Amino acid sequence: MEWFDNGWGLSLVVFLPLVGAFAVMAIPKTNELVAKQTGMFFAAASFVASVVAILRFDFGNTARFQLDTDLTWISSISSNFHIGVDGISLPLVVLSTFITLLAMIYSWDHWPEPHNPKMFIVLMLVLATGMAGTFVALDLILFFVFFELVLLPMYFMIGIWGDRTPMKLPGFKREVETRLYAAIKFFLFTLFGSAFMLLGFIALFFRSAPHTFDMLALSEMGRAGLFTGSFGFWVFGALFLGFAVKVPMWPLHTWLPDAHTAAPTVGSVLLAAIMLKLGSYGFIRISLPILPQEAREWAPAIAILAVIAIIYGSLACLAQTDMKRLIAFSSVGHMGFVMLGIATLTDVGINAAVIGMVAHGVITGLLFFLAGSMSHRYHTREMARLGGNQKLMPVMGGILAFTAMASLGLPGLAGFWGEFMALFGSFNPLDGLSLGLFRSAMVIGAIGTVLTAGYMLWMLQRVNLGEPKAEWAGREFHDVDRFEMAAWAPLVLAILAIGVFPKIVFAATDGAVEQLVRSAFGG
Amino acid sequence: MIDYHALAPELILAGTLVGVLLLDLLPVEKYWTAVLALTGLVAAAVPLLSLALLEEGERSLFSGSYVVDDYALVLKGLFIVTGFIALLMSVGYLELDRYYQGEFYFLLLASVIGAVVMASSRDLISIFIGVELVSIPGFLLAGWRKGDARSNEAALKFFIIGVLSSAVMLFGMSIVYGVTGSIDFAGIAAASAGLVDEPAMILGVLLVIAGFGFKVSAVPFHFWVPDTYEGSPTPVAAFLSVGSKAAGFVGLLSLCFIAFAELKEIWGPAIWILAAASMTIGNLVALRQTNIVRLLGYSSIAHGGFILVPFAMAASFDQVALGDAFSATVTYLLIYAFMNLGAFAVVIAVSRKINRGDIAGWAGLFTYAPGLATLATIFFFSLAGLPPLAGWFAKFVMFRAVLGGGANTWAVVLAAIAAVNAVVALYYYAKIVKSAWMDPVPESIASADARETQLAPSLSLALGIAAVGVVAVGFFPQVLAFFGDATRALALGG
Repeated sequence: MEWFDNGWGLSLVVFLPLVGAFAVMAIPKTNELVAKQTGMFFAAASFVASVVAILRFDFGNTARFQLDTDLTWISSISSNFHIGVDGISLPLVVLSTFITLLAMIYSWDHWPEPHNPKMFIVLMLVLATGMAGTFVALDLILFFVFFELVLLPMYFMIGIWGDRTPMKLPGFKREVETRLYAAIKFFLFTLFGSAFMLLGFIALFFRSAPHTFDMLALSEMGRAGLFTGSFGFWVFGALFLGFAVKVPMWPLHTWLPDAHTAAPTVGSVLLAAIMLKLGSYGFIRISLPILPQEAREWAPAIAILAVIAIIYGSLACLAQTDMKRLIAFSSVGHMGFVMLGIATLTDVGINAAVIGMVAHGVITGLLFFLAGSMSHRYHTREMARLGGNQKLMPVMGGILAFTAMASLGLPGLAGFWGEFMALFGSFNPLDGLSLGLFRSAMVIGAIGTVLTAGYMLWMLQRVNLGEPKAEWAGREFHDVDRFEMAAWAPLVLAILAIGVFPKIVFAATDGAVEQLVRSAFGG
Repeated sequence: MIDYHALAPELILAGTLVGVLLLDLLPVEKYWTAVLALTGLVAAAVPLLSLALLEEGERSLFSGSYVVDDYALVLKGLFIVTGFIALLMSVGYLELDRYYQGEFYFLLLASVIGAVVMASSRDLISIFIGVELVSIPGFLLAGWRKGDARSNEAALKFFIIGVLSSAVMLFGMSIVYGVTGSIDFAGIAAASAGLVDEPAMILGVLLVIAGFGFKVSAVPFHFWVPDTYEGSPTPVAAFLSVGSKAAGFVGLLSLCFIAFAELKEIWGPAIWILAAASMTIGNLVALRQTNIVRLLGYSSIAHGGFILVPFAMAASFDQVALGDAFSATVTYLLIYAFMNLGAFAVVIAVSRKINRGDIAGWAGLFTYAPGLATLATIFFFSLAGLPPLAGWFAKFVMFRAVLGGGANTWAVVLAAIAAVNAVVALYYYAKIVKSAWMDPVPESIASADARETQLAPSLSLALGIAAVGVVAVGFFPQVLAFFGDATRALALGG
């Protein structure tokens, strides 16, 4: 297995889906079955490779980048193909291959209109490469390319297979279809952020000595205090724009409800479960270690925005009538907890952020699957028209109840750790950060958890409980089918496993986070 | 003693040009004139390769006024490839509408020779002749569709503006000559040290820059572009937007970095304004376009602005940063050539299918021509600068160049303007892609007819070359960055 550890393993994880995308492209459009099998094969192969990566990963030394390689890529700008995983990125890589595989399984016979599975599979596979690639990249330019690679497939996924309901835009006479509006909004927001992020990367390159795009070398220089003063302030700001749009942090979140709601089921799942993490991962991997001094300066601002996101997201959820849009807004709140954890700049807080990301990935991924399947059956997502789902489809109702409980942070399920530890971390932030501010943040965040419980239970009550509405009387609903079961059962298990035994994530992250905090902030 | 090896590309092109004109007189299929012209372009590339591989360094001819170095070779290569692709695009286009073919190829080749000459020119006179040789055939080509009033308008506008800009440029050159007493670049550079505050010199330099501003269609010298592009035959518009524009940039590069190397304080700020204005106005006006060729016209104005960005901060650059700026400009030009020619080729192909030129007509392209829709996506998103398509690297080196060398506030502001513009540009490129993939086919387009319209094989070849270039360079930018890097020496007074 020597070859696997020399970068080939991770390259397989990242590029197998891309190879698969080209393979599927070569299959004639009429031959749907072969296209599906090929897509499934490559998604599964990538997942298996990531599992092998877990086995080959040395958990005794999680702070070190393992399975890495460093090859010349674009010599004229001294950018390298430098990839590797440490304890922070490993869980996220596995999460991305895992969710991609489940999305592929779910898609097997759930194709949104206008059908065309071949094209859809190609996009999913390209997306998989972009997501996994972002988590393993250790070179800023490589990171940028992967980070942007996810935009195109997602744009097409929303724009082609998205929600066709017409909507009216303020200021425009003509109605547009929701999918078109959401797709371009998502695209423009993200590109706006990443354009400035790229400027920040280039600025770092020119300040570094010797000039490099290598994240590890830049982190060393950052610790040595090379990127400080107003230079550091502006660079952190530029990176902040790029990552904060993706997370998304309030007030840059407005693309999220539209994109998540308009996207086809699998698109929402991939967006919520993985793509949002690209932003928060960027903070942990790039902003904090490379610009530690500036991170201290910005931390209070991030904490305030995070708390606003928690409260705002929860209140917005309480105002929703559309089930899918409610779940979308819940992401704003949950990612607020992740960002609050990061803002504390402590061991506990960043661990909370990583486990929060993983948990949000599996939980909200599952919620979007459920919302998709339900609207497929009821042909509506209006919670006022749903109700009594538990009676009509007991299994699906059960899973929905379980997942909603996990999402509101019930102890014993995955969602608990991220929320609890983020609040715990902000009780005791890094020395030098304002105690008053972070403890207030903790209190407000705690109120947020109550609101979270409130809207989740309210959603359950409206959708799941009670008697079925008259309009569904006499209708037969097909409960969870086998593809749905195959896609959801692993997620249910993951939620339980992480909830009961969080060490499966912490075993990887703990050492790496501790090392990060110690070297960047001396804490 | 003349170095015929160094002159071989020009000589081969000139021979081909005469051959095409003669062949046109013979009673053979007009098809063969195109074959001859294409063969001539390929043959001209051979001495370029041999010159590059010999690595004998710089060859100087005609007492230093004509120089063949790495920079000249790279750009000659660019012009020959551009000419080749533009010719491929023209063949089917001309055959279908029964235009005069032989003369068309003759003029296109003449324009390519002009550009090739410019790459080596190192004095005011030979560069001026090069510019004229690029432009004058362009005036004729723009009006090739004689029966079409728009084409006549295109040619007339292009002609009047072109002549005006030549006059402005020549006036500036005469002032520069009057002040420095020298027409070769090295002499001007030597004589102009310390002349930064000389009013006559400032006027001369600004007039020369303005003259080239017309050629590269920088705002505020851009008014001819949309009308000319829309009215000309589309392959001509493609050539104008890439070949003729790149020739203008070659003139700017040679003049600014060699002749006016001591006068960066004069042209730097002027180009800062041109760059910012071209990007912003080009992109904002492009947002409102409904005709696809006009949209590409404004997009090419905006790209002209992006290409100018690395020039703008030259006054504050050290040697390394100057080299970066120079190679960034060349790299951008190389990448831009592939993606913009590709975009025009797609436009030609689609217009052939739908018989109209508005963007609304592109609706539902994917349903009846999935291949073309995919190619359109590749080229337009590459123009927008999205990884992993080649355009990202062009934008990247541009940002990198302007922020290099101890970036000051002006550099950061320009970079921020460019970043915002990159996002604005995405909107109108995405609008085309949206139309092609997500909108229903309009009723006026019988998709059965559109499905059956076959593309000329030469057009498919042009599309193929451009697409492979854009995708391969996107993943491995070093392929073209290598050439950009090779030219770096020139900026350092090499």
